[in-house]
Amino acid sequence: MKLSCDIAVKPLSRVEGHGNIHIRIEDGVLQEASWEVVETPRFFEAMLVGKHWENAPYICGRICGICSIGHTLASIRAVENGFAIEPSSQTAALRLLLKHMETLQSHVLHLAFLVAPDFLGTGSVLPLTKSHPEAVQRALRLKLLANDACDLIGGRRMHPTRTVVGGFTMLPDKAQLDLLLRRLRAAAPDLAATAELFASFTIPDFVRETEFVSLKGETDYPFIGGALMSSDGVERPEAGYLAMTNEYCTPASTAKWAKLSRPSFAVGALARCNNNFHLLHPTARAVAESFGLAPVCHNPFMTNIAQLVECVHVMADAARLIEELLDRSFTEPRQPVQSRAGLGVGAVEVPRGILYHAYEFDDAGRILHADCVIPTGQNHANILHDLEALARSWAAAGTPDLEIERLACMLVRAYDPCISCSVH
Amino acid sequence: MRGQLSYLGVELARPRVAFFELTSCEGCQLQILNNEASLLDFLSLVEVVNFREAMTERHDDYDVAFVEGSVSRADEADRLRAIRANAKILVALGSCACFGGVNQLKNRFRDLDWVKREVYGDFPIITQEVLPLSAVVDVDLCIYGCPIRKEEVEKIVTNLVLGKAISHPRYPVCMECQASQNICLFDLGEPCLGPVTRAGCNAWCPSNRRGCWGCRGPADDANLAQLEKIMAERGVSAEAMLDRLECFGGFATQADLLRSAAADGRKP
Repeated sequence: MKLSCDIAVKPLSRVEGHGNIHIRIEDGVLQEASWEVVETPRFFEAMLVGKHWENAPYICGRICGICSIGHTLASIRAVENGFAIEPSSQTAALRLLLKHMETLQSHVLHLAFLVAPDFLGTGSVLPLTKSHPEAVQRALRLKLLANDACDLIGGRRMHPTRTVVGGFTMLPDKAQLDLLLRRLRAAAPDLAATAELFASFTIPDFVRETEFVSLKGETDYPFIGGALMSSDGVERPEAGYLAMTNEYCTPASTAKWAKLSRPSFAVGALARCNNNFHLLHPTARAVAESFGLAPVCHNPFMTNIAQLVECVHVMADAARLIEELLDRSFTEPRQPVQSRAGLGVGAVEVPRGILYHAYEFDDAGRILHADCVIPTGQNHANILHDLEALARSWAAAGTPDLEIERLACMLVRAYDPCISCSVH
Repeated sequence: MRGQLSYLGVELARPRVAFFELTSCEGCQLQILNNEASLLDFLSLVEVVNFREAMTERHDDYDVAFVEGSVSRADEADRLRAIRANAKILVALGSCACFGGVNQLKNRFRDLDWVKREVYGDFPIITQEVLPLSAVVDVDLCIYGCPIRKEEVEKIVTNLVLGKAISHPRYPVCMECQASQNICLFDLGEPCLGPVTRAGCNAWCPSNRRGCWGCRGPADDANLAQLEKIMAERGVSAEAMLDRLECFGGFATQADLLRSAAADGRKP
């Protein structure tokens, strides 16, 4: 057993963007643990200044390659809230369906391609195509289904084309929606088998109490808009997002960090599950219970399981939404937009947690000031505090340094960080 | 055993390829993982030796480097030069790499300090004017688009492996749009850069009733003056045209001209 080590992972692989882990242990005592975000900033909030409102969703979707649909929808919601536009029930249903399919594709990508290799002892998904071909094929089928659905509703799986302020440029063909419904139903065994695979993994036993922030569901598990809540009892309206985020700059990071009631909080699938567990679809709740996931769970590695649970939820809810859409006659895809001066805030639960876009408009509908608060930005401080606690406890237990390094990488990966997004 | 394959005079077997990202959303790399139906076939054509977003193992002996993103900090320029030194072929992947992409929208503010303050306040942050890869190193091949189109990447990589010549369409998106028998977006009141933007996306946005914003840059002999006339005739504001022309950096020269014209027009 070695009691001193210097672990440097530069940059961490199998995550989106560039982040470095550094852990230094001397004689079994943690001396330093750092989570450094070195990604280059892009300055989206400055880019938008002076731009007419129609630019915002088009440009802001490009903050992120993985959750471009979430960014586009948050941006659209901020503009619509600013202009007091209420989306039609048809638009709302289509947007939620699109959101669900992005959640499915992002969670499956994370679980099968980025996380599973850690549990199966490989450096990437490539060796798994030989050792676990069925598991890889299942994940590819689920991802393809979700991406095809995003193409059908949003026009494109990445940087969607049909999503605009006021609705959609075009509506999906009902025959295609019907086909999607049948594919969704047929995909249930693939997801069940993926859950079985994860049930065979040993989730690291690590607990550190923290605060969880998410949208607050009233009647449904929340994804698009509504009140904000934390597991420590803070509640705010959507427009009061600044009171939930309290962003600050820190020398270790080009991303801004956030805090609320404690030095750090967490957002994402685990936060959503913890805060809105009772609103999960019964089949999703059953999967959660089979993994021992019940609120309030303070093991960050269980974020992976929460993502799996959400996959079950969004597939069930997507089927419900499609049935509802097939039952109605479609109306105009897009409603007219009248701009007005003022502030608009949009909060949307994207795969990695709650995302806020806020814009201040002048009389002509041009943006005077923009603010985007990214889920991974809100998670950075919590990741750091988890890393410190993890390294401290495992160092004291005499865990070998290679194992600490492996667990530290797995911990950060569990948050599914979208680092370039957090820097934006 | 396959015979020796070559491209640009370099002999290649199963090429060792590497993926890198500079200032970007990493979406273009993700588009490659988004090729679910053909991903495994595609991967059998090449040997991936470096792909941080997807794999932990990494090696620096690669034949082809795909670089996504633009250059916005000195350390990125250094990384890019090192990649250039290692790679036999360097491919600019996506609009950010080819033209600066959406990132270069910040270049329109001449005052970089204002840009920094607007986002970070007094917190010190390092950034510079956003550059395409070609401003720093020689680029052998561009794959256009925001995002890149997976079918096009597959075609280009297959041709590269087979040693076939690689060429981009010289004609504009408008041709693909008409071939798809779409309703012209100008007739629906929507401004569109389809008449001047390089084809190859199969009119991706116009086919979804979204006007083209020019992410693939100008077609050969793009007639911007004529487009300006069409826009004016259809009642599209100069601002809306500029929004599209300046969005991805492919039309930077034309956008600069329009911007100065607008500034001159505002002078008393």
